Amino acid sequence: MKIFIPTPLRAYTGKQDTVEVGGATIHEALGGLTSRYPDLRKHLFTDDGKLRSFVNVYLNDEDIRYLDAKEQTAVSEKDSLSIIPSIAGGC
Amino acid sequence: MSATTLTISGELYETIRRHGERTYPHECCGVLLGRSDDQGNTVESAVEAGNTRTDSAHNRYNIAPQELIRIQRQGRERGLDIVGFYHSHPDHPAQWSKTDFEEAHWIGCSYVITSVEQGTAKVTNSFLLAGTTEEDKRFEDQRVVVGSGVPDAVRC
Repeated sequence: MKIFIPTPLRAYTGKQDTVEVGGATIHEALGGLTSRYPDLRKHLFTDDGKLRSFVNVYLNDEDIRYLDAKEQTAVSEKDSLSIIPSIAGGC
Repeated sequence: MSATTLTISGELYETIRRHGERTYPHECCGVLLGRSDDQGNTVESAVEAGNTRTDSAHNRYNIAPQELIRIQRQGRERGLDIVGFYHSHPDHPAQWSKTDFEEAHWIGCSYVITSVEQGTAKVTNSFLLAGTTEEDKRFEDQRVVVGSGVPDAVRC
């Protein structure tokens, strides 16, 4: 499946904006990504392995936090994951 | 060397300032698509986004991740990356706030802020989110170069 990498994290994927990985679940796909690019791990996950609060991961158009099986959701080659840090602020 | 210049056409510069006037007294927000290199970020398209913070739109903004994904996809199809974001500060200086800093996570991107006083756009500043991680990130003042031969907008 494809994982789309946002601009700030491409420094850790050899400037690739898209990475092809295998895996039967979201967890395995993200694991494949961070195995290939270990420096990404700390930008995506906390020390105890949870997604950082400001990192959104979407399976196609669904926020994985709201999927029933969350990171254990099954995926296929046709699916895509988008990693998208949040954008917010204000005066 | 850090990217300390934001280059934007006069047309797009005015587009984002007018957006802040239209949404006044609420904050506007949007995404800047373009290219990055060692010289800085060059904007080639400014895409308006909705502000999901309808509970406090006069002093907060948030762009829905689904909208960011859509805009990122549009950019990719045109060979453009997300190089920054813009928002307005209604009746507040064009300086980043504590909230802006805490909520900034796109390292290497430009955060453009326009002050809108009584409905009129005043100052527009850009700040580069520099650093390498959440722990060492910082905002750096970024020089804004307006209308220096950037191709006119190819709008989304």
